[in-house]
Amino acid sequence: MTDALPSTLFEKIWSPHVVLERDDGYTLLYIDRHLMHDGSAPGFARLDARGIKVRRPAQALATPDHYTSTAGSGLTDIPDPLHRSLVRKIRENADAHGLTAFDIEDDRQGIAHVVGPEQGLTQPGITLVCGDSHTSTHGALGALAFGIGSSEVTHVMATQCLWQRKPQAMRITVDGALRSGVSAKDVILAIIARIGAAGAVGHVIEYAGSAIRSLSIEGRLTLCNMSIEAGGRAGMVAPDDQTFAWMHGRPLAPRAEQWDAALAHWKTLHSDEAARFDREVSLEAAAIEPMLTWGTSPEDAVPITGVVPDPASAPDAAKREAMALSLRYMGLQPGTRMRDIAVDRVFIGSCTNSRIEDLRAAAAVVKGRKAVIPAWVVAGSRPVKHQAEAEGLHHVFREAGLEWREPGCSMCAGMNGDTGLPGQRIASTSNRNFMGRQGRDVRTHLLSPAMAAAAAVTGRFTDVRALG
Amino acid sequence: MTPNSSPHPAANLAANPLPSHSPFRSLTAVAVPLDLANVDTDQIIPARYLGRARPDQVQGLFHDLRRDAAGQLRPDFPLNQPAFAQARILVADRNFGCGSSRENAVSVMVDNGFQAFIAPSFGDIFFNNCFQNSVVPVRLPEARVAELRALLHARPGVQITVDLQALKVTGPDGRQDDFEIDSFRRDCLLQGLDEVSLTLSHLPQIEAFEHTHRRRMPWL
Repeated sequence: MTDALPSTLFEKIWSPHVVLERDDGYTLLYIDRHLMHDGSAPGFARLDARGIKVRRPAQALATPDHYTSTAGSGLTDIPDPLHRSLVRKIRENADAHGLTAFDIEDDRQGIAHVVGPEQGLTQPGITLVCGDSHTSTHGALGALAFGIGSSEVTHVMATQCLWQRKPQAMRITVDGALRSGVSAKDVILAIIARIGAAGAVGHVIEYAGSAIRSLSIEGRLTLCNMSIEAGGRAGMVAPDDQTFAWMHGRPLAPRAEQWDAALAHWKTLHSDEAARFDREVSLEAAAIEPMLTWGTSPEDAVPITGVVPDPASAPDAAKREAMALSLRYMGLQPGTRMRDIAVDRVFIGSCTNSRIEDLRAAAAVVKGRKAVIPAWVVAGSRPVKHQAEAEGLHHVFREAGLEWREPGCSMCAGMNGDTGLPGQRIASTSNRNFMGRQGRDVRTHLLSPAMAAAAAVTGRFTDVRALG
Repeated sequence: MTPNSSPHPAANLAANPLPSHSPFRSLTAVAVPLDLANVDTDQIIPARYLGRARPDQVQGLFHDLRRDAAGQLRPDFPLNQPAFAQARILVADRNFGCGSSRENAVSVMVDNGFQAFIAPSFGDIFFNNCFQNSVVPVRLPEARVAELRALLHARPGVQITVDLQALKVTGPDGRQDDFEIDSFRRDCLLQGLDEVSLTLSHLPQIEAFEHTHRRRMPWL
């Protein structure tokens, strides 16, 4: 019985989901929830080609996000006929397989990783997958959640299971109090800068420590979202009273006596004191400053008080060349102060930073100021958009000259055509600064919503703490 | 709890004729070096190629690394050099295939003739996607991978052997390196097994599991 041994949070979720385990350790893992989006069509096509139906449609939920337009909220607003057909196919596939899908006009539609937690589909202790790498987001509520490819999507549709090698467990502890102006985005960028883009490959990360506990649920969602950018299989935070309060009353959360049973189980979901991790890393919260990236990997992050690094300082020739290539692409000179870099455009949104607290943080910065460069605000879901409008945030953004747009992945992935122009420098609250991610030859800098808002009103990277 | 144990699920398949992938046993082919670390799947196939029919994705392979802004091939990119035109093995650097889960990053490599990758490490999702497309991702120590790339640069067009049966990579210098791969994944590749059919052969166990799981967590 594993219950007697000290276990990690990860093990406490993994073990009860093992359907069978081979002698070589390969495991057939049960999947409680499957999120689908407008990129899931190939998964359905493969299933249909074999004449198989989705095995447990009640455990699935689909919402369009990657290909939806942010200029208008209807199907006809999608300019590309191919993209339109992918969004339309969600409804067709959902009907054919008897599962729930939120249509593009549905009041619950949004980015899958915003919708899942918002609706209460994501719950502590569950396994959740989605054909999208940022599925790690859902670990913020104490779930084991990870992204899969489209063949594995078909596999989960057909079997409700996945073949997995058990990942290793890693704990990242951030203790102390975060300084004013420092957000969850800064914490995760500091973590990735520290351990590298491959720092957690093969591992499930548990974020722990007093600074993590003090983050709101939305902050934890931001944190876990970018676990994949450190190479992590998944990221998670142990559920606590804040989590339980957040879960309560959500449309798909347990109710009445089911709630009590669920809560009793959820309260057991934490790493035991003597639990052993394969790897441990710790950071001091007070040392973290507002962060932003200078290069083309999320690991290329520095504090706003810092400078563009010099490839000459790289530890080896390969790293030196990689840095030089990044700097050429980014059009930056070593030694340039980050706060002296001019920005062409701002994007506030994505599954990393498009929730209500993100929008409040951005609005607080732009209130009473004027954007001097084009800036977009894209809420993560329709409920987030409605909430923001109820609070009057859309007025704040519009008065400051920012564009208030319809929900979706938008400029994070650029799949719907929301991209920048070659050579443009974009301050973006998204998760990837890869070459070409936001359009060919577009230069992406990752930062927090408050820092992005500060860039919008000054036209350059600005320490949000100095704006007052 | 004690999970049900099934030591050799592949054995269950003997009785079930299944649609299968082409098996992979051993491959001797030209290998092309790519000296960049953290090559993400957006580099392997940019997002604008996704959602298109598979034949229309073929030209998307490494598009923005391969071609300049005017669409001309960059002569310094290894895949553009005639000596590597027949390459079926890619020797990459650390964290190859990180980032987006897009399986197109593997399928577009397959459609351009690739069947094996060698790197010090891979993005987890990309690594798993390889097995779904009969592609072998081989992990070797960083120093040896760097050495292999140097050998390929020095003598463009030389071959490497990836032997999945023997779990050995033979470099152009004749040196053999052992590599590890999960025996489950190896069995599936060697036999060209279809994972969905394999898993459905365990349906009684899955149903029994679900019965217990629902009793244990009725709120789900």
